[in-house]
Amino acid sequence: MRVHLRPQRRTVEMRGPRRVGALLAELGILPGTAMVIRGDLLLTEADVVEEADEVEIRAVISGGAA
Amino acid sequence: MKCKRCGARAEVQLRAHNTAFCRPCYLFFFRRQVERAIAAQRMLAPGERIVVAVSGGKDSLALWDVLVDLGYDTTGLYLGLGIGEYSDRSQEKVERFAAGRDLPLRVVKLEAEGPGLGVPGVAAATRRAPCAACGTMKRHYFDAAAFSGGFDVLATGHNLDDEAARLLGNVLRWQKDHLARQRPVLPPTHPKFVRKVKPLYLTSEYETAVYAFMRGIDYIVDECPNAVGATQLVYKAALDRLEVESPGTKLAFVKEFLRSAQPAFAAVEQREPQECATCGMPAYGALCSFCSLVREVEGRRARAASALPA
Repeated sequence: MRVHLRPQRRTVEMRGPRRVGALLAELGILPGTAMVIRGDLLLTEADVVEEADEVEIRAVISGGAA
Repeated sequence: MKCKRCGARAEVQLRAHNTAFCRPCYLFFFRRQVERAIAAQRMLAPGERIVVAVSGGKDSLALWDVLVDLGYDTTGLYLGLGIGEYSDRSQEKVERFAAGRDLPLRVVKLEAEGPGLGVPGVAAATRRAPCAACGTMKRHYFDAAAFSGGFDVLATGHNLDDEAARLLGNVLRWQKDHLARQRPVLPPTHPKFVRKVKPLYLTSEYETAVYAFMRGIDYIVDECPNAVGATQLVYKAALDRLEVESPGTKLAFVKEFLRSAQPAFAAVEQREPQECATCGMPAYGALCSFCSLVREVEGRRARAASALPA
């Protein structure tokens, strides 16, 4: 599978299917800090991403000290 | 995973609320959360003119979107911070959002307000952290625009994560004056202030991002380049770890502070603002924080100019 990380603008290739929760853990991303997007749909931690899939992991954290 | 409301395929799981929703049910849930926050805190009244501070990010655009959806009379206010390409792209996002929905938008650009007044210039001249300089300037221009525009309320997109991180920072340093003012509604303490409200104070960053995504809002995903290493992000990361171990921690932290501790801090906060000798806006000293900052910038610029060889 191809995973696009935003806003890092980095893409990683991973082999084999896995659940979203496992994918996030492998990438060191905490649940609730990023949306996992496949096409026009959001995926929950229980959804499975197949090897042929392309997903975007979009961080939701923002802000400075203001 | 199934939607807890209708049984359809869920697109979002909210551990803090121990629930999951499909898209239509999530949008219903989000709007209802915001509506309830507005009603419970008496943030807005029918017919009031609201100026919404918009940055081009997910929170402020989601806030503007939901307020319009709920029927409020809103005007957007975008403050161009002068942070190069990041500010240019943020402005484009805001302008496109407003134009696409035929909403009124006001744009103020710091660099047009005076030489060296963009955030990077001010931070460099005053040797302050960019986020600190940015906060002072934003507060001044938001207050001034709300007052001069005749608005009743200033609404900002601060979310639960912002409030929890701010609370953690204030508690770690026991900043009693800051704790006294950390509320989702700040009534005006001077005739030149308007009421300030944070309708998203109980919705997490994840929830506003999901709302923005589901509503097709084209927001700026990139992080502000100046926020790298900002203290607030360190606090957010620590709270995220706690939230994973114990979902609902952030919500309980903020809600319980507001219910049981904040009134005690507010009770001893007695300071009444005067008027700034330079700009006339409310100030807690002879000059407001913004004019003090500008004076510092001008002083450094003058000293730098006089040090140049003739």
